[in-house]
Amino acid sequence: MATSLTWTGSKSSGPSFAASGALTESASLRWILIGTALVFLSVFLFLPLAVVFSSALERGIGAYLAGIRDPDALSAIRLTLLAAGIAVPLNMVFGVAAAWALGKFDFIGKSILISLIDLPFSVSPVVSGFIYVLMFGLQGLLGPWLIDHGIRIIFAVPGIILATIFVTFPFVARELLPTVQAQGNDEEEAAVSLGASGWQTFWHVTLPNARWALIYGVILCNARAMGEFGAVSVVSGHIRGLTNTMPLHIEVVYDDYQFVAAFAVASLLALLGLVTLAVKSLIEWQARRAAQIAQAGGGEP
Amino acid sequence: MAVYSTRFIDPVNLMPLVLKRRSVIPGFGLAFGFTVLYLSLLVLIPLAAAFLKASALSWHEFWQLVLSPRAMASYRLSFGGSLVGAIANLFFGVLAAWVLVRYDFPGKGILDSLVDLPFALPTAVAGISLATLYSPNGWLGRLLATLGVHIAYTRMGVIVALTFIGLPFVVRTVQPVLQDLDREFEEAAASLGANRWQTFTRVLLPSIFPAALTGFGLAFARAVGEYGSVIFIAGNMPMRTEITPLLIVIKLQEYDYSGATAIAIFMLMISFAMLLGINLLQTWSGRQGRAESARGEPSRPFESLYVAEGGQ
Amino acid sequence: MAQRTRKEKFVARLISRRKALLAIAGSVAAFATRTGAASRVSILNVSYDPTRELYQGYNVAFGKYWKSKTGQDVTVEQSHNGSGAQARAVIDGLPADVVTLALAYDIDAIADKAKLLPENWQSRLPENSTPYTSTIVLLVRSGNPKGIKDWDDLVRPGVSVITPNPKTSGGARWNFLGAWAYALGRSGGSKQHAQEFVARLYKNVPVLDSGARGSTNTFVERGLGDVLIAWENEALLVTHNLGRGKFQIVVPSISILAEPPVTWVDKNVDRKGAKAVAEEYLKYLYSQEGQEICAQHFYRPRLQSVAAKYAWQFPEVKLVTVDKQFGGWRSAQQTFFADGGVFDEIYRPG
Repeated sequence: MATSLTWTGSKSSGPSFAASGALTESASLRWILIGTALVFLSVFLFLPLAVVFSSALERGIGAYLAGIRDPDALSAIRLTLLAAGIAVPLNMVFGVAAAWALGKFDFIGKSILISLIDLPFSVSPVVSGFIYVLMFGLQGLLGPWLIDHGIRIIFAVPGIILATIFVTFPFVARELLPTVQAQGNDEEEAAVSLGASGWQTFWHVTLPNARWALIYGVILCNARAMGEFGAVSVVSGHIRGLTNTMPLHIEVVYDDYQFVAAFAVASLLALLGLVTLAVKSLIEWQARRAAQIAQAGGGEP
Repeated sequence: MAVYSTRFIDPVNLMPLVLKRRSVIPGFGLAFGFTVLYLSLLVLIPLAAAFLKASALSWHEFWQLVLSPRAMASYRLSFGGSLVGAIANLFFGVLAAWVLVRYDFPGKGILDSLVDLPFALPTAVAGISLATLYSPNGWLGRLLATLGVHIAYTRMGVIVALTFIGLPFVVRTVQPVLQDLDREFEEAAASLGANRWQTFTRVLLPSIFPAALTGFGLAFARAVGEYGSVIFIAGNMPMRTEITPLLIVIKLQEYDYSGATAIAIFMLMISFAMLLGINLLQTWSGRQGRAESARGEPSRPFESLYVAEGGQ
Repeated sequence: MAQRTRKEKFVARLISRRKALLAIAGSVAAFATRTGAASRVSILNVSYDPTRELYQGYNVAFGKYWKSKTGQDVTVEQSHNGSGAQARAVIDGLPADVVTLALAYDIDAIADKAKLLPENWQSRLPENSTPYTSTIVLLVRSGNPKGIKDWDDLVRPGVSVITPNPKTSGGARWNFLGAWAYALGRSGGSKQHAQEFVARLYKNVPVLDSGARGSTNTFVERGLGDVLIAWENEALLVTHNLGRGKFQIVVPSISILAEPPVTWVDKNVDRKGAKAVAEEYLKYLYSQEGQEICAQHFYRPRLQSVAAKYAWQFPEVKLVTVDKQFGGWRSAQQTFFADGGVFDEIYRPG
């Protein structure tokens, strides 16, 4: 059934295309644009990154590794992976549902709903952590009952996960939405009129068209989930080896005057960006190869 | 053509009646229901409960607190700095997205991956790194100091930090749109005699505009609430370099929960109004485009092209 | 029909995912609050920033002592942050068994706002429940290029002073009171003079960090400022370890006796059944060994014999106390650091 939907992904032919003269800028303009972007990105991205790595490797690779192998550092890494591992998939499912509801349908109050989804961005991280304290803290609404029953939400792992979900809440939805909207409804309507079910339409039409936005959304969401400091700091309790995430551990060792160890763990988070790019490129490459094989073998139009 | 019909959606999803335009595409009930449920559980209910619990202030007290000179000075810095940062990100973000999608140059892959750095780097580390970089004995700070420019511990430092943390938004919202953009439009424009600048402003810009606006809005909203990275590079001096989130933290430290939430609510209202404005603008511009195509007229890029031709 | 069952399956999957999440959350929570078995006990010490090294050393010594006394293994978990933030966390439910904070007001707040311990907590242990003390000194760069000798040098034009924000840092409050006590003494008790003095002092402050450790980093790592107002123990840590040879300590003519108190949190230790070990943990701080460890980490010991042994480390300073000079911490907090207090006056617009 699915194979009959031949228009799948025909629109996005991938990021590579031949540059023809009338369709591109003059070489000098191109280099001015590249140069400007390079200078901006260097000042704001390369230099801070260079600070991180040069500080991390200041006393050689041995001190660098010692900073990472510290038991407290390892437990912080585990906690960060756990929190992101739960928060990111949940927000991804939410993001896809929200993009479908908001991108494919028109209804009254849509702008308000979109703005409500954006809300966690405008809430200061300090406040986002604090609202969970007000809910689940000892002086909070549910806290006294929970603590009497031996359930700890804040100053324990569940609170950290909740705060992480909150601060990364809109990422996938907001990345997907413009793309899903820009694509319009024509392809989906055609699929449905040809007898495809909602899920088939979604899997074979919408998702392939929006996959880059989805991947970017997940990358952003994950990076932010692992790097969040303010909100998590409020709900963590800073118990060494138990409730410190990587960003909190970095602050702790920095304030211990162990600068090398602090920047060593920070460099791991910075490397995250490079790893996610590698994953993205891999997916991109595989998708291209699959398309080529399909074209060569299937002979479909 | 704005015909809205009330449609009852299947009760499994516990959905309210929603005024919705008729569509043949299924799945609205489930998607909408889940969206609203998840949003309510994780964001709206905790926020509402928190504000309810902490709002022990009278109307008069609320405004007195929220509009005190010190709070006003902090809004000017937080909102003004965020605005400047977001504008810088809008301009350079579109430029960077364009360069990363359309051109090939050595080191492009690394640069592309670095764009997410401001998220991956914990904000505290970002603050420390930026302070290291821009402080009078830092790599850049030393250079700038000879020119008489001081960044760290001034308002400029706040702007630098807020630009840094908002940097990925515009790039990452514009990038997928540019990547998926059909080159047919540009080819058509070129074959109709439009020069590159016309093609850019009349064809490309309208296509990436909604995404760029989203990125701008997100960068702005994110910057307004930022705390971790700014406190390391701002001087944190009351009335001069004190950001609003720091004021909230100080109120919390004084166990003045209602004062803290009052300022937080005020910030939230302003941010929400701005986000709503941006989203309305976007929905409106999207509807314009769709209305045109529904009337059987050419879709937006081509239409602007004809206008371009007519002007020549 | 097929569509409906798919939908239902999806919803069911969501529900089971939610259940799984709750199960994970529950088990993790249980793990985080694990209670000590008979042969193992763990307590949580919630402390302020500069005591990190002190308790790292002390916890090892106490572990040995407790094992030899009871045969039980004790794990002491540590949490460090700004003193006020820590008090707030305990009030909001951070399950601290013992609190070791920068100033008595923060523990008073726990007693007042959360009723986790009795109001008279400070009389439960000797010496006002402060097993170690410190004071406030001035740290300058090597050679003292600006010729800083006493507090009044800090208000000179062109002298840049680093001190944290009293609103967020406990140490900064001691700093403020030290300067105030000096100004009051010099003017024969004029509060107006004292207020002008501290206002001029804070005009010379280019950065207000949120904590004492942040200020030390600004001064030592960023190279900002001519003088750092600091805890004596922090200043000694810097001159002995961090920036050996690059900094020197200036002892002012008068300073304040900083008393960072300790106590156990009754409701939390009772729930856990850890009262005995928590109490002993704090009492052992007063022992010969405990006092030695305090002195080795640059805190002034209470025990005469240990104080004599480490006297070379701690210069003689004329010290005032919060109780005598300011009528206790509750009153000092109200007058100086509360919303609209003296500190806020300094930064009034215009």
